[in-house]
Formats: sequence, structure tokens, C-alpha cells
Amino acid sequence: MPVTISIPAPLRQFAGGQSQIVVEANTAGEALDQLTSAHSALRRHLFNDQNALRNFVNVYLNDEDIRHVSGPDTPVKDGDTIMIVPSIAGGAVVESEVGQSLPELSNEEIMRYSRHLIMPEVGMQGQRRLKAASVLMIGTGGLGAPVGMYLAAAGVGRIGIVDFDVVEESNLQRQIIHGTKDLGKRKIESARDRLRDINPHIEIETHEARLTSHNAMRLFRNYDIVVDGTDNFPTRYLVNDACVLSGKPNVYGSIFRFEGQASVFWAEKGPCYRCMYPEPPPPGLVPSCAEGGVLGVLPGIVGAIQANETIKIILGAEGLLINRFLLFDAWTMRFREFKLRKDPKCPVCGENPTIKELIDYEEFCGMAAHQAPQPDSKLEEISATELNARRLRGDQIQIIDVREPHEFEIARIPGTKLIPLGHVVSRMNEIDQEVETIVHCKGGVRSAKAIEALKRAGFQGRLINLKGGITAWSEDVDPRVAKY
Amino acid sequence: MIRVTQKLLNDIRGHGVRDYPYECCGLLLGRFRAEGKIVSETYPISNAREESAKRNRFLIEPEELMRGERYARGKDLEVVGFYHSHPDSPAAPSQYDLEHAWPTYSYIIVSTRADEATDLFSWEQESDRSRFNQEEILQIL
Repeated sequence: MPVTISIPAPLRQFAGGQSQIVVEANTAGEALDQLTSAHSALRRHLFNDQNALRNFVNVYLNDEDIRHVSGPDTPVKDGDTIMIVPSIAGGAVVESEVGQSLPELSNEEIMRYSRHLIMPEVGMQGQRRLKAASVLMIGTGGLGAPVGMYLAAAGVGRIGIVDFDVVEESNLQRQIIHGTKDLGKRKIESARDRLRDINPHIEIETHEARLTSHNAMRLFRNYDIVVDGTDNFPTRYLVNDACVLSGKPNVYGSIFRFEGQASVFWAEKGPCYRCMYPEPPPPGLVPSCAEGGVLGVLPGIVGAIQANETIKIILGAEGLLINRFLLFDAWTMRFREFKLRKDPKCPVCGENPTIKELIDYEEFCGMAAHQAPQPDSKLEEISATELNARRLRGDQIQIIDVREPHEFEIARIPGTKLIPLGHVVSRMNEIDQEVETIVHCKGGVRSAKAIEALKRAGFQGRLINLKGGITAWSEDVDPRVAKY
Repeated sequence: MIRVTQKLLNDIRGHGVRDYPYECCGLLLGRFRAEGKIVSETYPISNAREESAKRNRFLIEPEELMRGERYARGKDLEVVGFYHSHPDSPAAPSQYDLEHAWPTYSYIIVSTRADEATDLFSWEQESDRSRFNQEEILQIL
């Protein structure tokens, strides 16, 4: 069929100066092939290296975009007119990209990422940006697991992982990047193996280290984006400050029991973590997941949100979680959101910052005092083996368990009385003041608090803390008692 | 080389400042001549389609371009290029711009801030698509 192709003015120089060319073809694709085989210099302006139409080039068959019909297979009939029209793209979308070219994708990669490539919001350009991007993940725990797995699957070209732990049994309920076969392995190795299995086309860099004020700036410098998957306040403030000082976006997430939080802290575009929480909570006020527990699927949801926002930052998408704080409750299945504002008085990202380099975050969060509770308050302690020896000798002692009833259900030391920490003062009269009292919990922190509270309430008897709690009992005395 | 009146250049700058912090854009209508292009009118594209620009970053959809071309033909003109602004960024084309351009057209980029337009340059793509070359702007009164 003879069809007429109108040549847009700027391309006429590649078509012998003609404004219209008649070709013989049965489909729109054939017509373009005919045109570009007759005028080969035209081809590169219409098609990319993969022989697909460039994404800004639109082909209209009698005023209808062929993408809305059958693409290149759209049939043409005698007398049809084909028009080639560009969409004009623009802009200084990402400044750093000026003059910098993006890596190409191999055919294997194109196949792998096809579900991304067919969406205009990602497309070849976006996928190449993902390939060019680098992300540093702090931690490969509950949050880091989905973050790493989704970023690897999405084709983020270089992923750095920082962790210093080994895989333990109690991790596997939520840290799905690690498996049973990985027990006892270093987390960075286990995570690297899993990510490599998910996507062999990306680079994975492992940093076996605890993130500190000494190494943070050096580590952050080599990455575009930092994802915070930490579980404690000192590291959270450290990640925040190092991100502000190095100008990197901090994709934040945190979890506790059934509640999750997420936001993107990016001082150049919005608030940082300190704008919201200038000071850490007093040590011990906010329990950790190890003490309070966490629903295993919760970090999956929050971590996936972090991965989502990270990918959107790389793609230059709108609608980021900047200036917004997302709260998620897995138990009631509700998302809530509140607005955040940059604090002009923020000590690190405000107008007159007082923090210009990294500080001692353990000290800032009062952790030094927290880790060794009441060292000078004459807290008497006993080890699990000593306690066992005394019981075997038949010493007159009573053991008070200050954990919660559901913990008592999981495991208990035989012959103990349960009085949860919150009730220990009001039920003080149930404890015999004439007999020596051993107090225990899971790890020894709550029992120390119970002893302090009892003393303050006027308890006269002798109180001794079981060092390491029931965990130590299970490790050193009776392995039949389950550890949790 | 592209010939533009000072008034049209000021219109482009004004459009850029008006739309700050968003990018503005529009068509350059005129004629292709052996010695270069002559711009006789600008055709601002309305900022009302901000939503779609947000979605896919294409500033001028083909339908709009065709509308502009029809308008130009009615005045015996052609689309000879495009202009757009780079808020708070240099008036230089990005890699993204390079991959979404054709040779021959003029691409005028104006760098904008909240209250003023600073640099304004015109760019032409090399015919092998490898880069942009700065194009001389001949201001006429």
C-alpha cells in the first residue's frame, strides 16, 4: 500500500530535504523501516540502539497514536498519512546528571526489568538511573532484609551493607534475608549471598563494622542514598547527622511491637530527624524490640516502604515522604500521617547549626550510663551458676520473676513467683522480707529496676539481682529452659 | 544561529520567573532560513498541565505540539525550536535533554530564580546525537 510519511522540519536534512515521502508498506512499522532504509541517517533520530522507537518519538497514523492501536503492527491502507511528532521533554531534573551519561542495559537486564521498562514512569531512562545509583544500608536486620532484597531485585547498581552481627535463631522470625542455613554466619556474608542470588547484575559491597562517628562520613561519601535500618537511638542520630553533613537523603524506618514509622529526611529539601526529635528519649524509656517484641511481618511492611521511597528518589519521582511522617499500626491496620516542618533552629540542619561534625552518640543518648545500670547504687548481683549452687545447697531463698505473664508462659525458672515489674511495688507485701530475695527478668535490666523501685518503696529485705536473667540461666545452668 | 527580538527573549525570561519553582516551556515559531532560524513568535505552553508533567516529565505532549504546529501553519510559520527553564540550575542541557532532542531545532534554556532570570542560552544537537552545541543568539530590536 502506498502511504505518505510527513517528515518533521528538523529531520528533513536527513531525508534529502523532502517534507513528504511515499513508501510501500502494510504496517506502520514497515513504513518506518522503508523510510529509514532509504534514508539511513534518519534512523538514529527515531530509533534507539535496541531498535525500538525512542520514547519521545510518537507516530500518528491519520491523527491516531499507533501506541493506542497495535504499535508498529498497526495496519495501514492505501492513502494513509503517517506523522512523526516528538514530545518535548525537559529539564534539569537532577542537577548532578548534567553531562554525565548513564550506563547501558544488556539484553539480559532488559528482559529482567521488563515490568519496569514498560512503565513510562521508569522506562529505559529510569532503569539506567537505578543501575547508576548506589545505596548504603545500615543494618541487615528486620528492616534491612526487605530493603536489600527489593533494591537488589529492582536493579540498584551498587548496594553497600553495614553490619557486624552474626545470624541468630531469634532473627529468623523477621529477618528474611537470612535463612536457617545461615545460623552462626556473619550477617553481611549471609545478606550478600542472598542479594547476589536475587540479582547477579549488581555490585554488593560489604562493610563489617559497627557504624561509628569515625567511619560514618567515609562510608557515606561513596553512596547516593543512605537507608537507616538501625534499632537504637545512638546509631539513628549518627545516621541522621552524617547524612545532613554529607548532604545525603536518609530513608528512615523504625519498628516496635505492632507500630512502624517511616519518613525521608533530606536536609536540602526538608526536615531532618533532629527537627522532629531534637533530643533522644531518656535511656530505658523506649524499650528495644529485644525487650518489647516485634511482629515479624511489620519490618517487612516498613522496610518495603523504605525501599519504595529509595527507588522513587533515584527515579526523581514526586510524592516522596519528605515533610511527611508516616505511622503504621499493624494491629489495627491503619496508616496515619502527619506533616513535618524543618526547624530553623535545628542544631544540625538549621540556619545556625551548632553541630558541624559528628559527636559521641552513646554519650549524647546517655547510653554509657544505661549499659551499666546503677554501678554505684550497691546493686547486689548473683550469677546463674552461683544461684543454682545455693539452691542445691538448700539455702533459704525466694526467687521473684518480674517479667510479663506471657513471657512466663514461654519459659520459667522452676520454683519462682511471678510479679511483673509494673506491680512489684503494689504487691510488695507478697514478698517475704525476712528471706533473701533473688529478682530476675529476661536479661537483668528490668530486675535491676524492680530492685531499685522496691528499695525506694521501703522494702527492708535483702535484694539480689540475677545477672543475665533467665537467658543466663538457660545458657549456664539448664539448657532445657527455652531462650527467646 | 538563531535570530530573536529582545522583546521575545524578555517574554521567555518573564515566563520562567512566573512559573518558578516549576519549569516553564513553550514553542519557538518562525522560519528556517539558510543562514539560520528566525523566531517571530513564542507560544507559551500553559502551566496548567503541571500534573501530567509531574507524572512523566514530558513538558510538551505531542498533541500540544501538533496544536502549536497548526497554529503556526495558519500564520505561515513553523516550529523552529523550544524553550524551557531550569529553576535554580544552570542554563545547560542535561543528559535527559540530550536523549530527548532532535538536531536542527533550537533549544533555548533559561536559568531561573525566585525573582529573576539569569543566564539564557540556546542549544542545538549535534547531528550524530552525541552532544549539544551552544548556538549563537542574534538579538534584534
